[in-house]
Amino acid sequence: MVPSDKIPSNNAPLLEVKNLRVEFPTRRGTLLAVDDVSFDIAPGEVLGVVGESGAGKSLTGNAIIGLLEPPGRIASGEIRLEGKRIDNLPYEEMRKVRGARIGAIFQDPLTSLNPLYSVSRQLVETIQTHLPMSAAQARQRAIDLLKEVGIPGAEDRIDHYPHQFSGGMRQRVVIALALCAGPRLIVADEPTTALDVSIQAQIIALLKRLCREHGTAVMLVTHDMGVIAETADRVAVMYAGRIAEVGPVRDVIKDAKHPYTKGLMGSIPSLGHRGDRLTQIDGAMPRLTEIPPGCAFNPRCTFRGARCLVERPDLIPAGASRAACWLHDTRGVGAPVAKELADA
Amino acid sequence: MPDGAIKPQFVRIQGLKRYFDVSAPWLVRKIEGRPRQLVRAVDGIDIEIARGETFSLVGESGCGKSTVARLVVGLYPPTAGRIEFDGNDISARRRQGAHSTLRRRLQMIFQDPFASLNPRWRVFDIIAEPIRAFGLSSGKADLEKQVSDLLRQVRLTPADGRKFPHEFSGGQRQRISIARALASRPEFLVCDEPTSALDVSVQAQILNLMMDLQRRFGLTYLFISHNLAVVYHISTRVGVMYLGRLVEQAPTDTLFKRPKHPYTRMLLDTIPDLEMTGRQRSPVAGEVPSPIDPPSGCTFHPRCPFANDRCKAERPALLAIEGGAVACHAIEEGRLAVEDRSYAAAR
Repeated sequence: MVPSDKIPSNNAPLLEVKNLRVEFPTRRGTLLAVDDVSFDIAPGEVLGVVGESGAGKSLTGNAIIGLLEPPGRIASGEIRLEGKRIDNLPYEEMRKVRGARIGAIFQDPLTSLNPLYSVSRQLVETIQTHLPMSAAQARQRAIDLLKEVGIPGAEDRIDHYPHQFSGGMRQRVVIALALCAGPRLIVADEPTTALDVSIQAQIIALLKRLCREHGTAVMLVTHDMGVIAETADRVAVMYAGRIAEVGPVRDVIKDAKHPYTKGLMGSIPSLGHRGDRLTQIDGAMPRLTEIPPGCAFNPRCTFRGARCLVERPDLIPAGASRAACWLHDTRGVGAPVAKELADA
Repeated sequence: MPDGAIKPQFVRIQGLKRYFDVSAPWLVRKIEGRPRQLVRAVDGIDIEIARGETFSLVGESGCGKSTVARLVVGLYPPTAGRIEFDGNDISARRRQGAHSTLRRRLQMIFQDPFASLNPRWRVFDIIAEPIRAFGLSSGKADLEKQVSDLLRQVRLTPADGRKFPHEFSGGQRQRISIARALASRPEFLVCDEPTSALDVSVQAQILNLMMDLQRRFGLTYLFISHNLAVVYHISTRVGVMYLGRLVEQAPTDTLFKRPKHPYTRMLLDTIPDLEMTGRQRSPVAGEVPSPIDPPSGCTFHPRCPFANDRCKAERPALLAIEGGAVACHAIEEGRLAVEDRSYAAAR
């Protein structure tokens, strides 16, 4: 784990996201997939973003790297990288930022590599796009990168095609590709989900080492709390397009403040605790068309009160973290209201 | 739950093998002088499952665990070996219908609830199909009552029967799969990664439901998973597979407290640590070799830190130890000591 004293608190944030909203216009109205999300990442910091499928975590990542798929679009809000706005850049300029200053790692290493080009061609092309290098220099840098991500026999393997690599090795190539131009920030979207556990451990160790050595900040998007616990400095928990809780990883995991985070932590089967039943949160996350008024979590919440049904909570300081829950407000949740879902 | 009184060998798998032919076409082979190529997906495993227990198979992708599941329910015929279910051999090919009474008692739940339900059928028909196929209802009213009961058992409402699968979330669909599997009143359920396509909070709901149903109907589970924490939670006994072979099997607590095979230890070491006890995860070098051309001797030897010449040459047999069994020369010779691990006492 990266010691928290590594990040000086007076540092200006590397990435600032302010009131980001991502929407999808559809025939039956506009869906708000990411709703008023704000966070920042300090240089060298690993911010974990967790949530269940459909919580909007990948969309937030895609909005930052400027790869929202139409008709999805940023409706409002700001994204700043090193103080400069990047959310409204023209396509060509964003292309230069992406790759040079922001690297991206996606879930499936097979789809993020071109199967028709050799690894060397893909690496050299990326390096030459962003750095002024000759073909020979770029090739040497590509070999060095492959060595750095732990591919044995990099000199020979560089001319292989993606299908000649195993899943774990392919993900290493993708990481090398993201590191080509020495980016300041890497957005890693489920980088270990497609891999076996033993390979997963290798990839996480690699990511951690590279960030330490290069001082690269990482936004790690995943649904796997275990990966977050091992890798991240801070965590943002997303629910139905909003941040439910954000705080230092230790506090969020050991002492969650939001009822959703609490339930989520309890529902993860862990070694060392073999109870009869797992804690479960009844029901499921609402669809985007059916997000209830007030707090989006209220139909599933055991602590809900009258206020939760009408008024939407913002992030409120709670211990070392901040949680979007009226429980932590001085006025509280109001008169208790029974939970709707009796789904055992 | 298991005790001394239960009848052993409810399900008995002996020397089960399944090879897949992945050779090039005959003409290409003859012209290029290439040999036949076989994937030894399952290469001789023995498992015994007692009535009422949950036996789990864990391993990484490609180790053959899903093939075992498919062999047990008869979706593949085995290349060799026997599968006995309550004393009857179900592995031999028989004329159609001969197995139907046995088939009724054994059902399967699949991994992907998006692919395992027919999108053109209403939920009622999906669940009613096994009841109709095995002739288990006395009439329309009885059929409707049975389906309603099944839907209620999996925490859905009878009104959900009129909907189509696409109207449900992943977790709800997996409940429908479970209801369908329960429709023929089976005694033995083969579950192939039933929760790995689901989110954690939904996974907890499904695991709790499966444990409740097991208690209520005395079900026996063969549970296939790659998630060791889930396996730890739900199983009575666990078998660890590597490249088509069983390398270790033991009661759950023993396996997690005193793992023996180096591969089991490695798998346990790689579980992400939610407790953040600072335990160093030791990433093991190397990856699972191809089952087309598995390593000689013990197939784990290229990745094993304790391998010697004997491991490279001789395939270890599964030998009984501490209530379980392990296939490892280093353990057998006493080169590798068995130690207590501390995860089981972390919380």
